[in-house]
Amino acid sequence: MPGTTFYKILAIAWLSLSWSVAATDFSYSGKVGTEQRYFVDEGQSSHQLGNSQLSFFINPEFHWQWNDGDDSVIFQPFYRYDKNDDERSHLDIRELSYLHVGGDWELKLGIRKEYWGVTEFQHLVDVLNQTDGVDSFDGEQKLGQQMINLSLVKDWGIVDLYVLPGFRERTFAGETGRLRGPLVVDKSHVSYESSAKKEHIDVAARWSHSIGDFDLGAYWFHGTNRDPELIATQVGDKSILRQYYSQMEQVGLDIQATKGDFLWKFESIFRSTNKQDFWATQAGFEYTHVGLFDSAADLGLLMEHSWDSRGEGDENSAGATMQNDLFLGSRLSLNDVQSTEVLLGVGADLEHSATMLMIEASRRLGESFKANLDVRIFHSSDMRAPSYYLRNDDYLGLTIEWYF
Amino acid sequence: MKLTITIKAILAAMTISATSANVLAATPAQQGMDIFTEVKSRDIGWGDSKADMHMILSNQHGQKSIREVKIKSLEQQNDGDKSLTVFDKPRDVKGTAFLSYSHTTGPDDQWLYMPAIKRVKRISSRNKSGPFMGSEFAFEDFSSFELSKYRYNFLGEEQYNGKECFKVEQFPVDQNSGYTRRIVWVDKENYLEQKVEFYDRKNALLKTLTYTDYQQFSGKFWRALSLNMVNHQNGKSTELKWMNYAFNTGLTDKDFNRNALKRKN
Repeated sequence: MPGTTFYKILAIAWLSLSWSVAATDFSYSGKVGTEQRYFVDEGQSSHQLGNSQLSFFINPEFHWQWNDGDDSVIFQPFYRYDKNDDERSHLDIRELSYLHVGGDWELKLGIRKEYWGVTEFQHLVDVLNQTDGVDSFDGEQKLGQQMINLSLVKDWGIVDLYVLPGFRERTFAGETGRLRGPLVVDKSHVSYESSAKKEHIDVAARWSHSIGDFDLGAYWFHGTNRDPELIATQVGDKSILRQYYSQMEQVGLDIQATKGDFLWKFESIFRSTNKQDFWATQAGFEYTHVGLFDSAADLGLLMEHSWDSRGEGDENSAGATMQNDLFLGSRLSLNDVQSTEVLLGVGADLEHSATMLMIEASRRLGESFKANLDVRIFHSSDMRAPSYYLRNDDYLGLTIEWYF
Repeated sequence: MKLTITIKAILAAMTISATSANVLAATPAQQGMDIFTEVKSRDIGWGDSKADMHMILSNQHGQKSIREVKIKSLEQQNDGDKSLTVFDKPRDVKGTAFLSYSHTTGPDDQWLYMPAIKRVKRISSRNKSGPFMGSEFAFEDFSSFELSKYRYNFLGEEQYNGKECFKVEQFPVDQNSGYTRRIVWVDKENYLEQKVEFYDRKNALLKTLTYTDYQQFSGKFWRALSLNMVNHQNGKSTELKWMNYAFNTGLTDKDFNRNALKRKN
């Protein structure tokens, strides 16, 4: 049981707070939805699902608050049922946490999600939550993380202190799933550098502040590396990928300068593990042209570049995939009643001949429905680029969500 | 030669009237400015407020769409106000929050919180002319009124809706405004805006805003509980209903920082 002590603390906190529940405001909301993916080609392996992948999901949110909102509890479970990939059928507690707001401090206790960073195409500095790798391809869906977070608001910025008891392993597509490499990641073969394994208590401290046009953030993190090393292993007559989670020490920096129509963005990390130390950066800008052709629509143009010091040495190393990549994007927001938006993006690996084209579009239907369109097209002729293994996985996904 | 002297004389007269408006007959610019100085001064000292706002968007076919937000505001001494807007409807944007520090000079500071990915994003405040949540209200129509945001021109006195009003033209100083000018009807009794006409960048009449159901709070501060914006060019309109207004609720700066953006209430 991951973080057993942590759950005990949570239970005690819950009991000690429940005396005041009588005066609680309760509300709920959430969404249910269905996603249909259509893959243009058959998978590279005959075990993989064919052209169609269907799934359903539910993501309710329950919220209790008292003391005029100074105390609150939020519970947000998530469940997806995937008809074609058992590994993608999964249940997660995205949030189950208690918040207390003091004068110039906040205490957050429980399972939560916390986002750090400013860039759009890669989220380098965002490391607290594990990626829900199976739920969405862009890696923006995260698993809930157990944490105790004390947030101190000072004149010179906000200081967040974190204790993170317990670790979450990344989710991966199963044998029948698409958007994976030739070998399946086996969730029963997981090893850790720390003898505490999943129970290792991670810690982090972050400072963030807004000074004029600049928004700044800097942090230190010590604990289990969220990115597993995937190692090919023979199990019986089968080749699989096992996961190895090392310990890491990381510092990160994120800066955004908001200058007129331009947002200038910069993220950088330095990560130290027992195997290697490296630097990586993601930098670029977002320009918005307001009132396209005298209409209410806005057109955003985005450009970002990724650099990773691991690519300078061995071009087969893990970080070499992001050593010199360029991302271009264009976001059209109609600003209409239905909030219609279209994002067109292309990512190009400038060292390994590999490109990815993406389209993300969304529109509200009526008052409570929303349609999302998601297209990914991979092109690669270089076996060292990860997208080489996704070259048969071009897909179009349509999601319909109902909000309540 | 004669012309130069005349211009100099006019300029001199304008300078005098600007500095000592009470002594000499004021220019239309000064008169307009004086009226809005009075409008502003009657609304100083409100401290902080909380309110719910409902928007009813209607298109030319009469189809309606509802928006619901909660707004907290905090008055600032010697600068623009701070405000926090939390979206409740449409449901897909529930929990989305918008934090704004408006400034008397220079661009406002604005942050947006996206609850689905827990991300706080600083956004450009240049987009003043864009529609707020698909309504006929632009972002700039919600920003706090500051004297320095306009040049003024007093047009005269006129009756509107049975009230004696001043009619004043306002020219936005900011190049990014979607308007060339606004014409505002302010009643003589309480110095409250009764009607505003908005002229687009081509100086054509774009929208008319009317205020009804003014109520007084804390024995001093007036707020219109109903506003109606009609767009003459696209035939759409947006009705705004304010509810549950409360003043001096004890809000402080701590309710308007980036942590507050992520809270649910």
